[in-house]
Amino acid sequence: MGKLQNFLKGIIKENPVLVLVLGTCPTLAITTSVLNALGMGVAATAVLLCSNMAVSALRNVIPDKVRIPCYIVLIAGFVTMVEMLMHAFVPDLYESLGIFLSLIVVNCIILGRAEMYASKNGVVDSALDALGMGIGFTLALFIMSSIREIFGAGTWCGLEIPFAGDYSVMILTMAPGGFFVFGCLIALVNKLTGNKPDKKKNMGCAGCPSASLCGKIECKSKEDVNDGNA
Amino acid sequence: MMEMLKSLTVILLTSVLVNNYVLSRFLGICPFLGVSKKLNQAAGMGAAVIFVMALATAATWPIQYFLLDKFNMGYMRTIVFILVIAALVQLVEIILKKYMPALHASLGIYLPLITTNCAVLGVTINNINDGYGFLESMVSSIGAGLGFLLAMVLFAGVRSRLEEANPPKSFEGLPITLVSAAIVALSFFGFAGIVDGIFG
Repeated sequence: MGKLQNFLKGIIKENPVLVLVLGTCPTLAITTSVLNALGMGVAATAVLLCSNMAVSALRNVIPDKVRIPCYIVLIAGFVTMVEMLMHAFVPDLYESLGIFLSLIVVNCIILGRAEMYASKNGVVDSALDALGMGIGFTLALFIMSSIREIFGAGTWCGLEIPFAGDYSVMILTMAPGGFFVFGCLIALVNKLTGNKPDKKKNMGCAGCPSASLCGKIECKSKEDVNDGNA
Repeated sequence: MMEMLKSLTVILLTSVLVNNYVLSRFLGICPFLGVSKKLNQAAGMGAAVIFVMALATAATWPIQYFLLDKFNMGYMRTIVFILVIAALVQLVEIILKKYMPALHASLGIYLPLITTNCAVLGVTINNINDGYGFLESMVSSIGAGLGFLLAMVLFAGVRSRLEEANPPKSFEGLPITLVSAAIVALSFFGFAGIVDGIFG
């Protein structure tokens, strides 16, 4: 696969949020305003880029058995750096992202890319992969937060939009609106990509590094289904 | 004493119903969507989460106040907490496997998953941010776990009905699940203000 393709796949074809359905917690929680979403996207991209490069550079050093704890320590280190930088330079954004900034540590996208990509590929490829995935994540957050802010609050990036304010649907900025808009967006992506929900991993956990553990549950439920069919 | 009971009840009700971790704070969405297909799995996951949340809070609260604050290393919180939780979960799994195989069989498979569950890390960090004391932290984390269990069980019921529904093709699978989660979340809006009402 070419370098360009490697970079582009994260943005559209394997968009981490809309296609792979990873990192759903921040997607739902901080997309109430566009500025928050962009801040979160940039922070997560920075962490993803650093952690992917570090994991890739250290892939021959880290013993296989303890790789997940090693990745978590690396990622947590980078998250702490980003947290401190944001606290110092963009305190408002730091306040409004709140706990979700620390929770980048357990974001499935970052651990997932470390496990699935960076641990098997070179530093340059991993960096491109991270950039693509990060931009894809940011883009998805941007689209979703735009919908929620325009229709929910009648503003965009904090700017008033004429008429939209009069007809705003407040519920969209609240918790149920998050689930609803996300569901509709994924449905739209399904429609555009030609209705192939079966081919996709239909649940977020599938791409998570603990998927093999999840697998036990999935396999069990598959057996149940088979029993039912028989 | 009454005052304390009152404030603890408020904290409990707030974290179970009003600020439900899944449905209004959006923490722990992955297991909420991934493991809620069957009622028994949902309940198992919920029970394991309550257990780990209580344990994690019991371990991280003293670490924050007696270690990190004492040596002025508050910025290390994220790293230390996630490592403590990960180690704790592993330890509990080993102990359960050895001494309580029956419990391990029912909860064991969910335990490793919980390490990367953002609700667990979230509740420990929230407790510190809210400035809760040890008892309050424990109550709030058990409440968060109960709220998670409640959301999982309710949603498992909704999903079993969903299996027989016939949504448009694009909505099949995850999208319709998310839309019904929106409706479940909407129902939790009914609890807003309940806490203020109880004690006047």
